[in-house]
Amino acid sequence: MRNLSVKILFVSILISIFAGCVQQAPTGNTTTPIPTASVPLELRLATTTSTCDTKLLDVLNKKFEETNNVKILTVCEGTGKAIATGELGAVDVVMVHAVDSELKAVANGSFINRSYMMYNYFVIIGPENDPAGIRNASNATEVFSKIASKQSAFISRGDSSGTHIMEKSIWKAANITPAGTWYQSNGKGMGDTIITADTKEGYTLSDRGTYLSMKDKIKLKILFESDQKYLFNPYHVMSANPVKFPNVKYDLAMKYIGYVLSPQGQDIIRNYGKDKYGEALFVPEEDAGDVTGP
Amino acid sequence: MHSELIRVQDLGKSFGKRVVLKKINISINEGEIFALMGPSGVGKTTLFRILNLLEKPSEGRLFFRGSELTGGTICENINARRSMSMLFQTPCLLNTTVFNNVAFGLMIRKVDKNTIREKVMNALIIVGLEGNEEQKARTLSGGEAQRMAFARAIVYDPDILLLDEPTSSLDPANVAMIEEIIKRIRHERGTTIVIATHNIYQVKRIADRGGILLNGELIEVNSIERIFEAPEDARTKAFINGEMIY
Amino acid sequence: MSSIDFLFQGIIKAFELIFSLNPYIISITGVSIRVSGTATILATLTAIPLACGITFLNFKGKQALITLINTGMGLPSVFVGLFIFLMIVPAGPFGFLKMYYTQEAMILAQYILITPVICGISLAAIKAVPQPVIDTVYTLGGSRKDIVITMLREARFGLFTSVLAGLGRALAEVGAILIVGGNIAYTGSVGGIGEGLSYTRSLTTAITLETSKGEVSTSIALGIILISLVLSINILANFFQRME
Repeated sequence: MRNLSVKILFVSILISIFAGCVQQAPTGNTTTPIPTASVPLELRLATTTSTCDTKLLDVLNKKFEETNNVKILTVCEGTGKAIATGELGAVDVVMVHAVDSELKAVANGSFINRSYMMYNYFVIIGPENDPAGIRNASNATEVFSKIASKQSAFISRGDSSGTHIMEKSIWKAANITPAGTWYQSNGKGMGDTIITADTKEGYTLSDRGTYLSMKDKIKLKILFESDQKYLFNPYHVMSANPVKFPNVKYDLAMKYIGYVLSPQGQDIIRNYGKDKYGEALFVPEEDAGDVTGP
Repeated sequence: MHSELIRVQDLGKSFGKRVVLKKINISINEGEIFALMGPSGVGKTTLFRILNLLEKPSEGRLFFRGSELTGGTICENINARRSMSMLFQTPCLLNTTVFNNVAFGLMIRKVDKNTIREKVMNALIIVGLEGNEEQKARTLSGGEAQRMAFARAIVYDPDILLLDEPTSSLDPANVAMIEEIIKRIRHERGTTIVIATHNIYQVKRIADRGGILLNGELIEVNSIERIFEAPEDARTKAFINGEMIY
Repeated sequence: MSSIDFLFQGIIKAFELIFSLNPYIISITGVSIRVSGTATILATLTAIPLACGITFLNFKGKQALITLINTGMGLPSVFVGLFIFLMIVPAGPFGFLKMYYTQEAMILAQYILITPVICGISLAAIKAVPQPVIDTVYTLGGSRKDIVITMLREARFGLFTSVLAGLGRALAEVGAILIVGGNIAYTGSVGGIGEGLSYTRSLTTAITLETSKGEVSTSIALGIILISLVLSINILANFFQRME
């Protein structure tokens, strides 16, 4: 009769798992009991990996959640996929950084209320000994030309993210079609790509924020920055179009966008990272001054 | 006594073009031990499978207690099947304990637990396996396994027990035990027993009547004394004298 | 710091995270077990009756169904994930169900992935039951139903193994649930260890994310839990196989 007891044990384990699911599935979260009767609304946000990896969203979203009794479900997947996700109606709001893709998605009616929220600069990072000698280049296209002519290892995001789109436009401006074993497409997020580049001692293009948030864990250094033309990296938020997708939480999305652009939200962006990295990772739109978003 | 339990009438069986049984006629009486003799591969197993309704005959009729079974499906004849029991040359052991194996026929008949316990223990005593009930069936030796299968076959008191070469792969000690069990079952319960064997000495030791099956034909049916002392067919004589190669 | 030291420290910190019952790690483990466990139960309830039907019934298209199941055993998970995602997003035909980025969607994806696995292994297990078992059951007075029950009972260890194989595949799967679930955690844990809890972030998808962030010790902690779960399942499966 030992078989029977094994069977009963097995079935009861499965049932207990199942019961757990039945209890938890409806809200997806039982560990945060809400004393008041109101169940928090859920806002779905698709965003690029840089805002996730730098943990800016942890701080930015927390405040919004607390004041509005909202749970923000953040999908971190890179700009290309975040926009594609929004075009399928699966999210309420996106926070991305690829101007052309954004404008295209607005033009096809998937998004409305595209708003400039902050910027930072892309940086070109690489091993400290700088085998391609890019430190003294005058602009980003020259940097890329030097890397290509020396055939130094270059790790590309290769995932249609905002960073990848920017990288491709620099190659194009330099009149180079990168190919060969030195040019490696990673197909992953920013953090992953930096780690790959660090392991392979190669160059890569990164947003400043993600690099700063990881710089203690890696050996790569910033070798080139401050090219106003090519390395400018503006971030925009936009809401899914409720006319196209009647199910999206448009009002909540607009409230979120309003919050991000409010003095309170902009202040969080302005100060984020100062204590930990000694400098801010992003510059809020408020402080853009003469650097206006496209 | 001597009322007819099974009657086989002009029964034939072929698999495709191969004819296995031809025009078989036998009747088996209640309470007797009937031996079906013949070399290996003459169709004994096929005949047994037809008697136990595992196979359908190609032609002819089969009666059990006077009512015809031919033509019914294996499910329609469940009551007739439940009065029968069959033992194969190699026992098929269910992957569980000896007790559960023996109790199987009673469990599917929805017999109550206490009765099952009582009958199973009784059957295990008959076959000399008392005390082994919690053992895994697959750990039994060949002789023990066949005795367990025997217990499993008799536990629900079938009217007829079909034994298909039950001892052909056993050692002499286990052969003797099985033969004792056969005689005991018939004596105590009056169970009708049909045994297929190619061992003529075994037939002499236990059977009342017998039939010789040769190339799908039943060449002689007679009492054991007549078969061994005054066989009617020359081929019967050759078989019992061991002149037939098998 | 050499790379060995780095790994070593990562492992030490990983054990600290596990033994301090870090809520982020625990909630991720909970999501994995809940999603994969439920998918396995549902898949078992489909696959084993299906395997029985294929074994015991004769119907048109049976061979085609077997081919389908065998193909399904090797379905690439990202393909399943993408397909389901496109079905359940608002622009897709089942958008009204609002299943995108939920645990239910993850359960559905894993259900589709592992049902063929459980069914295929169950089929083989039932087929491996020796043929004389059928004769024996008939001989002892059994009905068709008794035969089915007995065959399943004889195949029970193989059936358990099939369920465990399904559970193992579900737990280790990453491609499909990453797409349909979105790898979401509540705010506070977006950047890694924090006070936020997992919503649709499983052990595998969390490892992908934490590795990309360079959170080595978190990845190792999650990896240790995942390996332990899969290992215990395999030990259990091995145990069943040896009982046979």
